[in-house]
Amino acid sequence: MRFLLLLMSDTPPYAAAVTRIEAVRRMAAYSRALQYAGVLLGLGRLHPRSICVRFCFGDGHARVVEADAAEPGQVLGGYWMIEVASLAEALEWARRCPAAPVDVIEVRQLREPADFPTDVGPDVTRHAGRG
Amino acid sequence: MTEQLRQRIEAVWRIEAPRLIGSLARSLRDFGLAEEVAQDALVAALETWPVNGVPERPGAWLHTTARRRAIDILRRAALATRKHEQLEYDMTVLREPDEALDRDGVIGDDLLRLVLTACHPVLSADARVALTLRVLGGLSTPEIARAFLVSEATVAQRIVRAKRVLAEKQVPFELPPAAELGPRLASALEVVYLIFNEGYAATGGADWMRPELCAQALRLGRTIASLAPGEPEVHGLIALMEFQVSRFAARVDAAGQPILLADQDRSRWDGSCIQRGLAALAHAEVLGGADGRYTLQAALAACHALAGHYDSTDWTGIVALYDRLARVAPSPVVQLNRAVALAMRDGPEAGLAALDALAGEPRLAGYHLLPGARGDLLQRLGRRHEAHAAFEQAAALAGNERERALLLARAANLLNPTDAACSAHAKD
Repeated sequence: MRFLLLLMSDTPPYAAAVTRIEAVRRMAAYSRALQYAGVLLGLGRLHPRSICVRFCFGDGHARVVEADAAEPGQVLGGYWMIEVASLAEALEWARRCPAAPVDVIEVRQLREPADFPTDVGPDVTRHAGRG
Repeated sequence: MTEQLRQRIEAVWRIEAPRLIGSLARSLRDFGLAEEVAQDALVAALETWPVNGVPERPGAWLHTTARRRAIDILRRAALATRKHEQLEYDMTVLREPDEALDRDGVIGDDLLRLVLTACHPVLSADARVALTLRVLGGLSTPEIARAFLVSEATVAQRIVRAKRVLAEKQVPFELPPAAELGPRLASALEVVYLIFNEGYAATGGADWMRPELCAQALRLGRTIASLAPGEPEVHGLIALMEFQVSRFAARVDAAGQPILLADQDRSRWDGSCIQRGLAALAHAEVLGGADGRYTLQAALAACHALAGHYDSTDWTGIVALYDRLARVAPSPVVQLNRAVALAMRDGPEAGLAALDALAGEPRLAGYHLLPGARGDLLQRLGRRHEAHAAFEQAAALAGNERERALLLARAANLLNPTDAACSAHAKD
């Protein structure tokens, strides 16, 4: 079973450099623990939302929507993709994330090809996209 | 205890067991005792947590509980033998604070020691598998028993005996010298592949635990890759497992019957597994391991993964890879597979000639895939009566019920009403 652990963050508060280094070190240790456990498939940290373009498809065509970087609310800051034995294990890993007090971790399960019935046919991929 | 809590404790254990046992074994310098006190801590958790709730840091709780239990045992042993100085030392080490950050690579070293000890070549293959699943996979005795279709008593026995052998042979809980690391890792990879195959060959069965076993093997492989990233064969083995797992959804039909590679719906192969397999294979080759036995098997699996159709498979490349594999890991099974590939490259006659050259091979006597492959080639040559006889022979030798049913169905398909009489004749 594969899961995404999504690190949702408010616009990052600019903490003291020392704290930041310590936080980065803790995050690195966490990622390494996932790796040692043999569950890590991929990970990434995202740039802040100052580099962010949104498209909307309201009239069937892609149209750029200006995203306001200063707009409050939680945005995706990073992710880990893990493969574990159960939902309980995914949740247990999420609990261990050394996230900051302003952070939220969202746990989402990925669909597997075996989840689709054999008679779905060529629609499988489109169906997966809607999940 | 609620089902939810039971699952949570199981998950905590799965995450914590390897690190807990690894760090205890280092400080106690006794693998068997470490495993025992870790299990005691798990029992304590199962008793306490449903009442008091799961602690804020369950891993630290387990470490503390196990350490306390170890100190009790050591103190009693010290009183018996009056080794007070030794005890002081052990207790200092045991009181090490639980450090979340792996600054000195201690956690990695503990884990590597644990892998190499559980997979030590002094142990039988069965014992290595059971011990590895227990200390690295965090599986319980009943889970291991279910996975291998043996009794719980048998698994418990294997684990007890394995720990005794490690103690008797005085296997130190230490990292081997660099020169020995390669062979020791090879022993660990063998265990991983044994676990994987046990799950893979049984996917047609009704037992739900078995695909889990493949996932467990991949996980162990990834752990070893994180500990020994420079070892090409671990990446080769991961690639091989990824390619095989990619076919899971296409390998059996709705009724659980196996589907042959040639007949699989390739759109149902898992592209993300194939991507990871290709990356791991490339990694193994970059590290100079192109001719490792797992890497070569992974390269073979990659040829299939990259082919849009069975008929457009790179059979020339496959025959060449089998030739290389036969040089590093000679085996009649490799020759058998090569003969099948040869039939695809040069036609069924050539394949049949190669198969017939293996007819007298004692190691293939009783191996159902030899008459199975013959049947296939004979069928393609239109020699239906001989093909029928070969499939029936293969079915009689097949150990797996699902496979036997498939072979019998193939035999039956060769008999249509118009030539039933001839086929009955051919059976004589």
